[in-house]
Amino acid sequence: MAQVVRGKVARVAGPLVVAKEMQGVKMFEVVRVGSLGLFGEVIRIEGDRAYIQVYEETGGVRPGEEVVGTGELLSVELGPGLIKNIYDGIQRPLEVLWKMGGSFLVRGVEAPSLDRNTKWHFEPKVKIGDEVSEGDILGEVPETSTVIHKIMVPPGIRGKVIDIKSGDFTIEEVVAVIDTGKEKKEIKMYQKWPVRMGRPYRKKVAASEPMITGQRTIDTFFPIVKGGTAAVPGPFGSGKTVIQHQLARWSDADVVVYIGCGERGNEMTDVLIEFPELKDPRTGGPLMDRTVLIANTSNMPVAAREASVFTGIAIAEYFRDMGYNVALMADSTSRWAEAMREISGRLEEMPGEEGYPAYLASRISSFYERAGMVEALGSPERTGSVSVIGAVSPPGGDLSDPVVQATLREVRVFWSLDQQLAFARHFPAIHWLRSYSLYVDRVGEWAKEQIALDWVDNRNEAMRILQQESELQELVRLVGYDALSPHDQLLLETARSLREDFLQQDAFDDIDTYCPLEKQYHMLRNVLHFHHKAIEALEAGVDVKAIVTLPIREKISRMRFIPPDRLDEIKAIHDEIDASFETLMKKGGEQA
Amino acid sequence: MIREYTTISEISGPLVVVQGVSDAAYGELVEIEVGGHTRYGQVLETSEDYAVVQVFEGTHGINLTETKVRFLGKGLTFGVSPEILGRVFDGIGRPIDGSPAPVPEKELDINGSPINPTARDYPNEFIQTGVSAIDGMNTLVRGQKLPIFSGSGLPHPELAAQIARQARVRGTGEDFAVVFAAMGITFEEANFFLEDFRKRGTLDRTVVFLNLANDPAIERIATPRVALTAAEYLAFDLGMHVLVILTDMTNYCEALREISAARKEVPGRRGYPGYMYTDLATIYERAGRIKGKKGSVTQIPILTMPEDDRTHPVPDLTGYITEGQIFLSRDLHRRGIYPPIDVLQSLSRLMQKGIGKGKTREDHSGVANQLYAAYAKGKEVRELAVVLGESSISELDRKYMEFADRFEKEFIKQGQFENRTIEETLDIGWRLLSMLPRSELKRIKLEMIEKYMPKKAEE
Repeated sequence: MAQVVRGKVARVAGPLVVAKEMQGVKMFEVVRVGSLGLFGEVIRIEGDRAYIQVYEETGGVRPGEEVVGTGELLSVELGPGLIKNIYDGIQRPLEVLWKMGGSFLVRGVEAPSLDRNTKWHFEPKVKIGDEVSEGDILGEVPETSTVIHKIMVPPGIRGKVIDIKSGDFTIEEVVAVIDTGKEKKEIKMYQKWPVRMGRPYRKKVAASEPMITGQRTIDTFFPIVKGGTAAVPGPFGSGKTVIQHQLARWSDADVVVYIGCGERGNEMTDVLIEFPELKDPRTGGPLMDRTVLIANTSNMPVAAREASVFTGIAIAEYFRDMGYNVALMADSTSRWAEAMREISGRLEEMPGEEGYPAYLASRISSFYERAGMVEALGSPERTGSVSVIGAVSPPGGDLSDPVVQATLREVRVFWSLDQQLAFARHFPAIHWLRSYSLYVDRVGEWAKEQIALDWVDNRNEAMRILQQESELQELVRLVGYDALSPHDQLLLETARSLREDFLQQDAFDDIDTYCPLEKQYHMLRNVLHFHHKAIEALEAGVDVKAIVTLPIREKISRMRFIPPDRLDEIKAIHDEIDASFETLMKKGGEQA
Repeated sequence: MIREYTTISEISGPLVVVQGVSDAAYGELVEIEVGGHTRYGQVLETSEDYAVVQVFEGTHGINLTETKVRFLGKGLTFGVSPEILGRVFDGIGRPIDGSPAPVPEKELDINGSPINPTARDYPNEFIQTGVSAIDGMNTLVRGQKLPIFSGSGLPHPELAAQIARQARVRGTGEDFAVVFAAMGITFEEANFFLEDFRKRGTLDRTVVFLNLANDPAIERIATPRVALTAAEYLAFDLGMHVLVILTDMTNYCEALREISAARKEVPGRRGYPGYMYTDLATIYERAGRIKGKKGSVTQIPILTMPEDDRTHPVPDLTGYITEGQIFLSRDLHRRGIYPPIDVLQSLSRLMQKGIGKGKTREDHSGVANQLYAAYAKGKEVRELAVVLGESSISELDRKYMEFADRFEKEFIKQGQFENRTIEETLDIGWRLLSMLPRSELKRIKLEMIEKYMPKKAEE
């Protein structure tokens, strides 16, 4: 072991502390600063001076106080006990801190990230004498009702199993011993991993399976795949956080890592209180049983905010390596970028655009590049994925913001939130003409096989109608609605129905909050079927007013309140549309 | 040990640099003696050989040779006790009402500490303010931070005072208190609030912190923090429900900018420092409820948007931190509508958890959604009608336009002393919705329409 570095505080400016006599300290080493032992990380070394970003408030720290190195890089602990936990940006368990220090966060408190006393049931999957290498699954621990935690051989270890246990253990107890030839390596149920490094895998594979979210605008129009990346930029109040919460609730991921990065404390509390109550639609277990939370709220120290994103993704990669599909939500990456800007400013680095450091774009891309679907190391063979959904909060909602622009170069799905839609309480306020998904074709292929052959056609037709609507609206502004041809009037009505009856979805309604793909398909099909029938009727000479006032339209508008298990009722609307047009045509014929 | 220095080497704006100080603590409180008077300051940066101090009362009259700087070995604190109720303090917590300082029970660091997110209790208790535009459309709950986005000349003092006067959690007679912090506002505006508190006899349940327009600007940095320290004490130590009014946050941000400029920091948008988001968060996030504690801190910060521009950094960063906003509209104000709340641009993020069965009424969510959608549509049609003339819009659209007009005149508009119950508010909503054909009411569940729609309209 290297010698412990001991230096002295030379300067304090906000979250930045400069320490002298720090020879031997490593870049990104964790150090303890001052008499309170505040956590910090070395981010620049000049001669014997180390520049330290401190993860806690530096009030009261004075020059001359001691700075002690820990010899370790900023790392996370990975093992049973992660799920259902809530951590701060440097993986300190907030629940434990609360019990130790009270309702307000106190400084310099240390607590292990994973509980040392809980006994976990370890079921071995290898035998004595088996040859194992990094990533191989040694055994399994049922961590929650929905997640089986796989205990893997830590990276860099290869050899023969000479002891393997079975039964209940704490994470500090040895469950296996591997003879690597050089030494007998004792394996415990947890490992440490430096957060700023991506975890190794065999290879990346192209992802094509959609991540189903139960949100109509997303699944039908702008889908994301498992292992994909998406950005949600929007001004305040446009519903970024509600979308992130909806995805954390309903997406069909095995594990969800939710990072509240520089956002509101109450939002994290909301998740903490609500998720144990909500049922996962796939497994029936509580949603909390697949969720890891990282909360570094806006008033918590800014440097830890910078670290929180890496802490989160390291945890996500760990579950990916077990063969799980992991969804990671980061709300908001702008606050993360601002943390970088603040530290950079204190280091007196040459600023780039808007004062952000010149390495902003490369940091953002190095984060998003850790997403993807991979073949994991070790046996049995397995694939896992990390999908990353990042919220972006540009000043004034201005998309030319450097963080938005750097993010858009990186992500493949763009959900653009629109303030005008939010004002009219059209939620999700994802603008259908400005958003895009580069996964549309891949997901379309999948949906053709899994849901219905005309899935893609329906989607494209709906998009076309919405596109035409925006052109026609320009016209309406000039000449008025009545001057339009009956066909155009009908198209506007259909577009309105698409917007109000399909795209809009009430996150707070018990039924509407989650809409399975089948239901999405039939809802859209009915809206379009009405449109087709209406064109036929128009051509047969029926007045457009008579069509748009058909009572069946009210039924169409209430489809979303029909529970998914009564899908037949939605399907039946298709025939009811036929019937009401038949009656209408007959009446029209009689009048004529 | 007295650490006194006369080694100021540089004075720049509100900052002084003191040489030869080797052990000043970051954030340490400093006394500066100038010509027999004492001013307060705070350490902004410290190193082995110098310290940068921001002087709250400004640097006029300070010179390099005679001015004494004393480092006090502690941060800026505020002494709290139940006796602070009914008192008036200056911007950094010194009494200015002529009485001696209350004997403190304890001294608290004005910066406070972040609430552990796991210790927070989710705010979900409906506060009835008696203002329809707030209760019906942007419901306030206990422990929320809901700012008023205003403009110069708009009646935000009247609205804030009305909220302070009427806000009640129904069915409870619990202990409440108001903490009022003025930052850079005029004497008249501050006096308006004080008179209002006095008139309804609640001055003895109020703690006032005054930093008026002619008081030192840098002191404003401390004012909201001192006020929130008092509020947290009243709420979490004494179990009171505290409403905090902070006005005007725009002046606060300008003081922040002044210091940043004096330190020659890289400026962010419009010259405001890049860390303003974090700085504001350390103020706004000091609202909420804590598990196992009786009290709560509800914040109503007021800010004036320069040129009514909501994308200006002050409202923009505020909106990203707070749980919604009450947006005042100059257009409504000109048309004589009080309170001139533009409900479309307003938002309460905590509304969904505070309303519904057992809290307000089961139909609340549907009614609010439908009112939003219909009013947005009505306003859109109104604009269209200006261009095209009323005759060329469809009959349905005309109904929407009429709806929007009546919504403003009957729902939003009310008296400064009119205190509506939530039922009254919702019933006005239903009355207005009954103007529209039933097939247009897509946001409300059928059962609710059956139950609450005024019967006359159905015939």
